[in-house]
Amino acid sequence: MATVTMPQLGESVTEGTVLQWFKQPGDGVALDESLCEIETEKVAAELPSPFEGTLGEIFVPEGETIPVDAPLCTIIEVAGSAPEEEMAPVAAAAVDGAAAEAPAPTADHSRAGVYSPVVQRLATRHDIDLAAIAGSGRGGRVTRKDVQAIIDEREREAAAADGIPPAAAPLPLPDGEVVPTPGVATVAPSDAYDVVPLSATRRKIAENMARSTAEAPQAWMMLEVDVTGLVALRTRERERFVGVDLTYLPYFASTVAHTLTDFPEMNARWHGDELHRYRRVNLGIAIATERGLVVPVVPNARDLSVAGLARRIDDLVARAHAGKLRIEDMEAGTFTVNNTGAFGSIASNPIVNHPQIGIVTMERVVRRPVVVDDDAIAIRSMMNVALSFDHRALDGAEAGAFLAALKERLEALG
Amino acid sequence: MSEVSVLEAVRETLDEALGADDRVFLLGEDLETGGVFRATDGLAEKYPGRVLDTPLAESSIVGITIGAAHYGQRPIAEIQFADFIHAGFDQLCSEASRWSWRTRGEQYLPMVVRTPWGGGVHGGQHHSQSIEAYYAHMPGIKVVAPSFPADYRSLLKAAIADPNPVLFLEHKRTYRLIRQEVDGAPAEDRIGHSRITRTGDDLTVFAYGLMLHESLAAAEELAGDGIECTVVDLLTLNPLDQETILEAARATGKVLIVHEDTLTGGLGGEIAAIIAEQAFEDLDAPIRRVAGPDIPPMPFHEAMESFFMPDRAKIAAAARDLAAY
Repeated sequence: MATVTMPQLGESVTEGTVLQWFKQPGDGVALDESLCEIETEKVAAELPSPFEGTLGEIFVPEGETIPVDAPLCTIIEVAGSAPEEEMAPVAAAAVDGAAAEAPAPTADHSRAGVYSPVVQRLATRHDIDLAAIAGSGRGGRVTRKDVQAIIDEREREAAAADGIPPAAAPLPLPDGEVVPTPGVATVAPSDAYDVVPLSATRRKIAENMARSTAEAPQAWMMLEVDVTGLVALRTRERERFVGVDLTYLPYFASTVAHTLTDFPEMNARWHGDELHRYRRVNLGIAIATERGLVVPVVPNARDLSVAGLARRIDDLVARAHAGKLRIEDMEAGTFTVNNTGAFGSIASNPIVNHPQIGIVTMERVVRRPVVVDDDAIAIRSMMNVALSFDHRALDGAEAGAFLAALKERLEALG
Repeated sequence: MSEVSVLEAVRETLDEALGADDRVFLLGEDLETGGVFRATDGLAEKYPGRVLDTPLAESSIVGITIGAAHYGQRPIAEIQFADFIHAGFDQLCSEASRWSWRTRGEQYLPMVVRTPWGGGVHGGQHHSQSIEAYYAHMPGIKVVAPSFPADYRSLLKAAIADPNPVLFLEHKRTYRLIRQEVDGAPAEDRIGHSRITRTGDDLTVFAYGLMLHESLAAAEELAGDGIECTVVDLLTLNPLDQETILEAARATGKVLIVHEDTLTGGLGGEIAAIIAEQAFEDLDAPIRRVAGPDIPPMPFHEAMESFFMPDRAKIAAAARDLAAY
């Protein structure tokens, strides 16, 4: 019997709330399989089981908050792999080499006790007595499909007992006769819409967005930036750049990080009655994934070159899409950059990533005629940069000065 | 929408690359007159001075390619038959593969070496070999072996754009045999991924080149008997797409790897090792290989060649046996 405790999900986190249990007492649990969803002030995460076995007792009901290291539940560990009596008949396998050549007659049980790794694993996880199964494989071997059929059957039975139809289609009976599944009509959703349960990520995004707009009075401003020089610079360097595709984002992120050095009031987090100004720029990068929006952080972004940022961002994007971001990737952001131009947007109104106080977007680079030198018209590459900020923390004058400085730095590139 | 053969796909992609980038040029034996398989037919006239004949000297073909890439060109070499590429082995494996490492990543070699490989054309011992395992063993050389015309287009384009040396293998039996409807420009693609081309829950077959087509034919036949195969087109042999390989292996727990290269030291061993190391607990049967026998030359006589080459019947027989395990 092992006890699972509340993990420390991030520095400075002291407690966590159990949002949801995925397993109930008596359920089989694989190593690293998610036990429950835990939320802290920094992040919501699924807790992988540190042990394989069966869930024993749950100490913390859903919705309850407990301190770090307090017990969450117990797990009855698996000893070894399969029970010994199931492993015993292996010796029978050695004698059937010749028998394998001919199609196996049904009476051949020479491989009845030979269990493949996947069969043993599934049987252990689902508590299945392999010796009781008449295998369909050669020499009566129990195959993965044999075990899977039992697991599927159990799930169907469990679902039927709960009154939940496993699927919209009626269950075919073994003899081919089809009867309507009881209970379908009463639980079927309306034809007019589909019910989509919210993922943990979606719920977290919704909560953060709602909290930010509810708590922080946000103001917005936008400037036009002439990035003709940047476009030429990036075109030149992209050609020579190896490993990852060089986009505008690392240039933009680098420029934002350097501009923040001159505006420490923007590089801050709002904490009730005090403002924490950070000495390092930990730059959040908004990334749209199939699972939803995530904002991993490039720590100490000012210390990285454009090339270094390109590789860091590429790594974060790849891991964001693969769902492999770690807790530490999400921590301690001090300011956020959102590349809305990637969607083709030319103006957007971002929501501040609370408790940070500022977020800038880089919009799509557009070639268009611009008045230059007072009286001439030229075709320039133009990009809008939009800033949302928490008006509690600072005012339009400071935010405007920051945005103007960012514009100046961007226009100096190339 | 038009139907193109593997050969036409290669030629069109070379044509587009020559048209799109002045740094691209072709070199190899008999290329000016169109090459022995006609892969460069008409290109010397269309791009004067950029389709170059070379002497019968593979070491210098590869060496010149390395030099041109080093000086900023985008050379595409053709080795007339893969059987002869070993004369350039030292240039590829001792020089090209490690250039980026030797220069601490400061320099790189954007070069492609194309070559027709494989048997089934009664080419005998010097025009039928599978050479991929020697080069896929070498870190620093990407090895690509597509099966369908659309992939020849997108992956040859990706190979030309790649800053690293790429060995691009074209199965000569499929040059005119395999045709496919393609539309528009080649898809944007990257080197390093495999594709699950067919799904089934009884067993998983891994193959590339001609053997992918033979495997698909076998899978079709087996489906008639209720045996459903997942079939993976490996596409890239170095680096192997471990993620897709493991996903496909785990899907069924029974793995059959097919290549016409000889068994010992062939890529099947590496793929089997990846699966055994990382998906052991998902396996439901011993991993099987169908490969050429450990005999040095591919025979010329049709009956002997058929004995040597894996085909749909041999693949189907092994698959049935594995499915019944």
